[in-house]
Amino acid sequence: PFPLGGQVTSLHTVTVLPGTTVGKETSSSLMDIFYAAGVPVKFEVLEVANPEEGVPENVQFSLRKNRVAIKGPFPTNPLSTKDSFNITIRRGNDLFANVVHCFNIPGVHSRYSNVDIVLIRENTEGEYSGLEHETIPGVVENLKVISERASMRIAEYAFQYATKNGRKKVTCIHKANIMKMADGLFLECCRKVAAKYPFIQFDSMIVDNTCMQLVSRPEQFDVMVLPNLYGNIVGNIVAGILGGPGLFPGANIGEHMAVFEQGARHSGRNIGGQNIANPTGVILSGVMMLRYLQLSGYANRIERAVLEALKSPKNHTADLGGNARTTDLTKAVIDNLN
Amino acid sequence: SNRSLSTASQRYTVTLFPGDGIGPEISQAVQDVFAAAKLPIDWEVYHVSTKSVKPGEDLIPKEALDAVKRNGYGLKGPLETPIGKGHKSLNLTLRKALSLYANVRPCVSVPGVKTKYENVNVVTVRENTEGEYSGLEHMVYPGVVEMIKLITRQASLRVARYAFEYAKNNQRKMVTAVHKATVMKRADGLFLECCREVAQEYPNIQYEEMLIDTCAAHLVQNPSRLDVMVMPNLYGDIISDLCAGLIGGLGLTPSGNMGESCMLAEAVHGTAPDIAGKNLANPTALLLSSLMMVRQMKLFEKADIIENAIYDVLKEGKVRTRDLGGTATCTDYTLAIVDKIHKSLE
Ligand SMILES: Nc1ncnc2c1ncn2[C@@H]1O[C@H](COP(=O)(O)OP(=O)(O)OP(=O)(O)O)[C@@H](O)[C@H]1O
Ligand SMILES: Nc1ncnc2c1ncn2[C@@H]1O[C@H](COP(=O)(O)OP(=O)(O)OP(=O)(O)O)[C@@H](O)[C@H]1O
Ligand SMILES: [Mg+2]
Ligand SMILES: [Mg+2]
Repeated sequence: PFPLGGQVTSLHTVTVLPGTTVGKETSSSLMDIFYAAGVPVKFEVLEVANPEEGVPENVQFSLRKNRVAIKGPFPTNPLSTKDSFNITIRRGNDLFANVVHCFNIPGVHSRYSNVDIVLIRENTEGEYSGLEHETIPGVVENLKVISERASMRIAEYAFQYATKNGRKKVTCIHKANIMKMADGLFLECCRKVAAKYPFIQFDSMIVDNTCMQLVSRPEQFDVMVLPNLYGNIVGNIVAGILGGPGLFPGANIGEHMAVFEQGARHSGRNIGGQNIANPTGVILSGVMMLRYLQLSGYANRIERAVLEALKSPKNHTADLGGNARTTDLTKAVIDNLN
Repeated sequence: SNRSLSTASQRYTVTLFPGDGIGPEISQAVQDVFAAAKLPIDWEVYHVSTKSVKPGEDLIPKEALDAVKRNGYGLKGPLETPIGKGHKSLNLTLRKALSLYANVRPCVSVPGVKTKYENVNVVTVRENTEGEYSGLEHMVYPGVVEMIKLITRQASLRVARYAFEYAKNNQRKMVTAVHKATVMKRADGLFLECCREVAQEYPNIQYEEMLIDTCAAHLVQNPSRLDVMVMPNLYGDIISDLCAGLIGGLGLTPSGNMGESCMLAEAVHGTAPDIAGKNLANPTALLLSSLMMVRQMKLFEKADIIENAIYDVLKEGKVRTRDLGGTATCTDYTLAIVDKIHKSLE
């Protein structure tokens, strides 16, 4: 079960935004597998020629109409003053929760074992407020915004997720010893919500210590709830210790919409267009989407096929040290569907 | 200035704060090892402790701080962190009084200490005065808190220059500026601009820029991808702890703080009250920290001799303290290092 699931209708239409880099290959992979599995989902694929210019009207219309989407990465130029396309999609549609699931995948090398972590990341405010100004030349102020509303909402989501997915513990990651008011408010909200879920263990940990713990005893974590920036950093560490950014699924969830994308959101500029990207993270994001659409039968079948394919090193893409191409792994997953 | 090359006859005075708990024991180990290596260093010891301070007073008296500034060098053992006891935080007092603008943490795999990672050799240079630690926060509206992250040109240039100087002085090849300018375009953008400017002055050192998330991912997958890293305050806090985790924790990580007029080397681990006074502490972290100071004095040969002695003892694995699975006391371990030093000085 996946909290805040969409409505069940006979045939869903899903918006696909492949993006301008690796997303082309990985979303093709996903669509091929869905087609082979006979998933009752129709895809509406939209290209965005100029992501720098913002979210085009036809894209926004499609998102609003379908309310479920698969998205590839859109690279952001740090030197441009324009807002990132990725952030505009999330904030513009109030996709307040970023859910990333990372776990040991049999057959994929990791220095650690017994790790299964879900990150619930606040996706709309914090350090990503975009409020900045140069007070006097050479002095820049950037505002980190933490609100009670957003913090309560993400905490509530984390505990609901834990409850519905049979998780035992939620850990709030913060830096409230330094950011006493901002992170203090976030932590306070998590505590308040935790009190309503006595059957779920609650814990808190300072973000720097968390990172140290993740490379020594990562198996101690279960569900983590984090403000925006820590979610970004910690998410990459968790994916990193378990095999890499290309492996794990993610979702951006709002009250009325969900956009699914690879958990570690990298632009993948260096590998796009070469048929070498690892599609696993995107395929598993599709699996998450199927659970969201309450099509669990299809979700389980595809998930099993992916995990089966990855057991064999010959299906491993370059990021996992193998020689398989994106299309080779895709074909192996399809072969494993039955 | 402490950057100038020392002459054979030059002597240094170092202000030493042995600290609380195991502090005095591990500080004694440093003194013994330095004496064995015949370092031209005299100690000026100040016993400060939370226990001896009255509420409202500063933990470290002004004359002691002045001594660090006068000498140019300080070494600090662990001090019990006073929480809610009415006097100013120790770290804040030190940072302000000594203008400690950069925190430097080299993380190098320690021979003989097995962790999940091999051959880690990275250095975090962290801006230490501004960023997310500005302390500027307020509730703008009920239920909405704003916190100001402050990035200035002056502080960014200063820390960037230190990172490149460090790279140059320690035979490092590359400096990576770590940022999140895709999101904090102006703030982290300014930080990058400053790093770029300074990089131009060091054509022999490679310069690159990396997102904080990408950097964290590289560190846990392939740490040899990185060398010296320079970054704003919060990122430095997070990344330096991550790196410490890679080599086996804070008990083995050295740390140095650069000031306008002085350097303060320190142990970043705690006071370990459970083993204090029992001669069981492991002095390695404080020893390695003190070597950062020795290298800052440009006594490179001596530093190498001491470092090799420490690493040899750890590699051989015969004399190890309890935290590393051995049975040796702090003094046994110190004597083993002293022995190696004597042999290499023969
Ligand atoms: N799906 C994937 N399959 C294989 N490798 C991936 C995948 N996604 C990301 N990576 C790898 O993760 C690393 C980080 O990705 P990323 O695109 O962020 O690189 P980057 O150097 O940070 O570039 P950018 O500045 O565009 O973000 C790259 O080496 C990339 O190839
Ligand atoms: N240098 C060291 N040598 C041996 N063991 C150490 C050393 N530093 C820390 N330890 C061990 O690590 C554990 C945690 O140490 P730490 O000093 O942080 O304890 P603490 O109770 O948190 O003290 P503090 O109040 O100063 O933070 C202790 O059990 C201690 O024995
Ligand atoms: Mg820290
Ligand atoms: Mg401690």
